[in-house]
Amino acid sequence: MNTNSPPTDWIGDYDIFDPAFVRNPYPMMSEIRESPCPIAHTGRWGGSWMPTRYDDIVAVAQEHDVFTSRNIIVVPPPAGQIEGPYAGVAAPPITSDPPDHHWHRRTILPTFAPQAVAKYEDGTRALCHQLIDGFISAGHADAATDYAQQIPVRVIATMLGVPLEMADEFTSWVRGVLEIGLTDPKVRLENRMKILGYFRAQLDDRKANPRGNDLITDLLNTRVDGELVSEDYVMGVCNLMLVAGIDTTWSAIGSSLWHLAQNPDHRRQLREQPDVWPMAIEELLRAYSPVTMARILDHDTEFQGCPMHAGDRVLMSFPSANRDPRQFDNPDDVILDREHNRHVAFGAGIHRCAGSNLARLELRVALQTWMERIPEFELIEPEAVTWAGGQVRGPRRCLVRFA
Amino acid sequence: MRVSVDADKCHGHQMCAIAAPQVFGSDDYGNAVVLVDAVPSDLEASARRAEANCPERAITLHDEG
Repeated sequence: MNTNSPPTDWIGDYDIFDPAFVRNPYPMMSEIRESPCPIAHTGRWGGSWMPTRYDDIVAVAQEHDVFTSRNIIVVPPPAGQIEGPYAGVAAPPITSDPPDHHWHRRTILPTFAPQAVAKYEDGTRALCHQLIDGFISAGHADAATDYAQQIPVRVIATMLGVPLEMADEFTSWVRGVLEIGLTDPKVRLENRMKILGYFRAQLDDRKANPRGNDLITDLLNTRVDGELVSEDYVMGVCNLMLVAGIDTTWSAIGSSLWHLAQNPDHRRQLREQPDVWPMAIEELLRAYSPVTMARILDHDTEFQGCPMHAGDRVLMSFPSANRDPRQFDNPDDVILDREHNRHVAFGAGIHRCAGSNLARLELRVALQTWMERIPEFELIEPEAVTWAGGQVRGPRRCLVRFA
Repeated sequence: MRVSVDADKCHGHQMCAIAAPQVFGSDDYGNAVVLVDAVPSDLEASARRAEANCPERAITLHDEG
């Protein structure tokens, strides 16, 4: 299924797990995007297509009747998952298609509206301060593992009403499903089962002991057209909270700190012109978009001259879309106060990331708190920074020293 | 200047409310709503930036001659 030799032909044989691509995918994306064949194809990892231009990626997102969300992971699922005890549990609405997608999404959107997530701001800031208190006197830290990785998992645990002590286990399960597990079906299945087993027990607990103010209890009491929603739906949303809400945001925080560590002029700009912050957050999301989604074709189609077949997988590389010079001037430059920025870091169309307002809040609070406490910092050893890639890209080891 | 949002195109990115928080807001579902009948002249630049930041191209600016 996969060959371990690095690709020599990125247009006909790409590998999103190739170490060079994980470390810096942008040159390969640009090579494909500017070639006569900007929709690459590979036979690796079960086979997939990869459009690289902004307009094509947005078109895939918009044409959801062709490019379905029945599976959003580029590597086919491990065999046991199809017949296992939690076979029916997906991650709605991310894995839903119309018509069910409509209520799957509408049920959770109010929880993630800007005015609803604002109540997590103070707690997130206190958490960031507490993390910084733990390492500031040492004069150095791993911005990825000591800071970025610690934040979203605790915000999600708070929303779900589960103990914060679960943070390390949640992190390990999510990495098991999406990072290590993407190329190791056994690890992926084991960790998926751990997540679903944990939430099965949480649902049973909430049914016996309902609580106020926690998402699991609220979901169990949700009615659509007069009927309580199914427990599979509630399990699925809990699953989504972990797999979509943790390593994505932590990757964005980590990449942004990695960038700021190397750009003193940008640190100065944020200090001297605090009004730039909202635009800077969007620009960092554009330049270092962590997420690449996948779609699966419902039926045969010809897309931009490519003959695609039912069951084919298509990657939606938002990182590549966001570096397309047809859409962005000087796309490889980070311009914190970029005026025109229709970035699609959170996707586009009906599957726009439901948690985007929460992710933005966490990214802003994490970066502002860091910059307030540690205004000057730099990478200790730029070559020693390690990255995770595939469908979620961000630094996993990023040592910095404080001035 | 007036602004409008095409509700069929808006998918709640909220990038308009980030660019122009006095002109655009959010409904209960996070979709964009227009907060003003007419955009005051000192907010026109931010309204233009909101239009230029909408990934769904759901915003229309209506310049009044």
